[in-house]
Amino acid sequence: MGYEFDWSSIPGALPYLWEGMIITLKITAVAVSVGIVWGTLLALMRMSGFKVLGWLAAGYVNLFRSIPLVMVLLWFFLIIPSVLVSLLDIPRSFDTRLVSAMVAFSLFEAAYYSEIIRAGIRSVARGQMGAANALGMSYAMAMRLVILPQAFRNMVPLLLTQGIILFQDTSLVYVSSLPDFFGVSYRVGSRDGRLVELLLFAGAVYFIISFIASQLVKHIQKRKTA
Amino acid sequence: MNYHWNWDIFLAETPSGSTTYLGWLLSGLEVTIAVSLSAWIIALIVGLFMGVFRTVPNRWLSGIATVYVEVFRNTPLLVQLFIWYFVMPELLPVSIGNAFKSINPFLQQFIAAMLCLALFTGARVCEQVRSGINSLSVGQRYAGLALGFTLPQTYRYAILPMAIRIILPPLTSEFLNIFKNSAVASTIGLLELAAQGRQLVDYTAQAYESFIAVTVLFMAINVVVMVLMHKIEARARVPGNAGGG
Amino acid sequence: MISIKNVSKHYGTFKVLTDCSAEVEKGEVIVICGPSGSGKSTLIKCVNGLEPFQQGEIVVNGISVGDPKTNLSKLRAHVGMVFQNFELFPHMSVIDNLCIAQIKVLGRSREEAIERGRKLLERVGLLNQAEKFPGQLSGGQQQRVAIARALAMDPICMLFDEPTSALDPEMVNEVLDVMVGLAQEGMTMMVVTHEMGFARKVANRVIFMDEGRIVEDAPKEDFFSKPRSERAQLFLSKILQH
Repeated sequence: MGYEFDWSSIPGALPYLWEGMIITLKITAVAVSVGIVWGTLLALMRMSGFKVLGWLAAGYVNLFRSIPLVMVLLWFFLIIPSVLVSLLDIPRSFDTRLVSAMVAFSLFEAAYYSEIIRAGIRSVARGQMGAANALGMSYAMAMRLVILPQAFRNMVPLLLTQGIILFQDTSLVYVSSLPDFFGVSYRVGSRDGRLVELLLFAGAVYFIISFIASQLVKHIQKRKTA
Repeated sequence: MNYHWNWDIFLAETPSGSTTYLGWLLSGLEVTIAVSLSAWIIALIVGLFMGVFRTVPNRWLSGIATVYVEVFRNTPLLVQLFIWYFVMPELLPVSIGNAFKSINPFLQQFIAAMLCLALFTGARVCEQVRSGINSLSVGQRYAGLALGFTLPQTYRYAILPMAIRIILPPLTSEFLNIFKNSAVASTIGLLELAAQGRQLVDYTAQAYESFIAVTVLFMAINVVVMVLMHKIEARARVPGNAGGG
Repeated sequence: MISIKNVSKHYGTFKVLTDCSAEVEKGEVIVICGPSGSGKSTLIKCVNGLEPFQQGEIVVNGISVGDPKTNLSKLRAHVGMVFQNFELFPHMSVIDNLCIAQIKVLGRSREEAIERGRKLLERVGLLNQAEKFPGQLSGGQQQRVAIARALAMDPICMLFDEPTSALDPEMVNEVLDVMVGLAQEGMTMMVVTHEMGFARKVANRVIFMDEGRIVEDAPKEDFFSKPRSERAQLFLSKILQH
């Protein structure tokens, strides 16, 4: 192995890297929250029994699940700026990349969340819907008071795991050169000619965060089954 | 919006003159399929062995497999790809690293993307294989051993044939994922489908036509893979076994 | 033929077997009974090394099971075992279930294996089911196939681990009939079961286990006429109430 490591460019770059991490976390947080809410609505639409709503939701989910995330991001970086400019009359110089990324990840993740949530609701609804109806509850009441609370409690580990995957996937905003944690790492690396060190460093940071988070999820899961 | 649609753009000749823009997309499609399929084969082999390792009573083997899965599942695909492409050639012995850097750029990108997708997906396949094996009763293992099979024979004849049938549906979605994930390789310059789409935008500014075409082609890959896997699942079904088989 | 000497086994601090000893002579049929959790299934799995044990010694046909140098696969190839849940290989037809180990372990040719397999299927009355898959058979039929699969290896002795307890009551007899036939032909058998009718008919000795210990080991006549321990008496009276 002929390579000589030189980690000296990392300490000085830490403030930039931290700013990048903030962007990464912002996108993750927005996409998880919006994704779960929108995903729940999609799941309810699909199970509502209204054919048109069901088809729309199914079409949405299948569309997003059959396209690569990279393509989804490219689409949104293409569309969102012109939509924003024409709708809100904002100046062309406004940086729309962060908003575009948040919208893209939210809409994309909603498709995946809705499948998790649908399965969760179905597993609870099988027996409980009948029981709730027998007590005189309406469909909406049963959903809200009986089924959704149980379903979400069961789904917490899966939703969190999907969140960890999302956290890793946000690195793909690289295609829009948005300075997220990965983007900053790459830029510092190529600026200083230390790409090897910066990429390994970025990988290690993602690994540590994701690994700890996934161990926590496992812990939650164990406590639930115990 | 006053976007000027022009679907004939695909039939126009590219600046290099040797082909049309449609030709670009189709060659991108070829690269996407080639890199995904070759990575998938490696992923299946790696995943099968690692998945088995996770279930055998040997601390070393199961330890190696666990570390493999944790590392490859907890780092972003993009970071893994950049490490294969930019870091690996530096860290390999100088002669091998230089040999890699001296082959043509397309091959460099292809090999890096293939290895990256293969090991990334292999970690997922590994977990499927493990859960498939664990879903079988421990009695099947006993039955194999009691007949005088060695442990490898027990896996080969008794456990894996059934475990693989059980995990065919989740394997289908991993197979779909590898095609979708291959689009990430556009970031290191591999001219697969998504990259050709972007190149087309750069040259013609007909962004919508190009992206629509690329999106439709990815969806077509999805449909083909699903039909294929349904056929395989139907053929693998065991008579008398309602679920799983 | 089978000699169990002072065998103890524990998972961590939990003792599964404590100081178990028993002898099985060639041609003998031994029935092992006892309440659930008494360790009888674990003991019989120790005989062919499916379960490891920490202390004591088990010798089968002159070969020590616990010795790390023993080739367990080779030993198991000649010790037949039948399981509570049949454990046929669901992805193989009945005849393939009977042939696979003959071919891969004993090295028989496919023709030889099929011939032997068909003969044994005929014996258990299932030759007409040879091409079916296990999932298409009833529980009783599956267990008879499992017995035939074990016999196809020409075993020197047979181990039965609760062979009828997963079966619907109306299917128990078709399996017991096959086992009685085997016993009458002089097969050496260790049978974990609650079927006392079977024990009365063909057993030479009955072993009663409780809490991981062998509490009684008596000739059949003695066991049924004058059980010595209170626990065995209690167990027998409970069994008879069924």
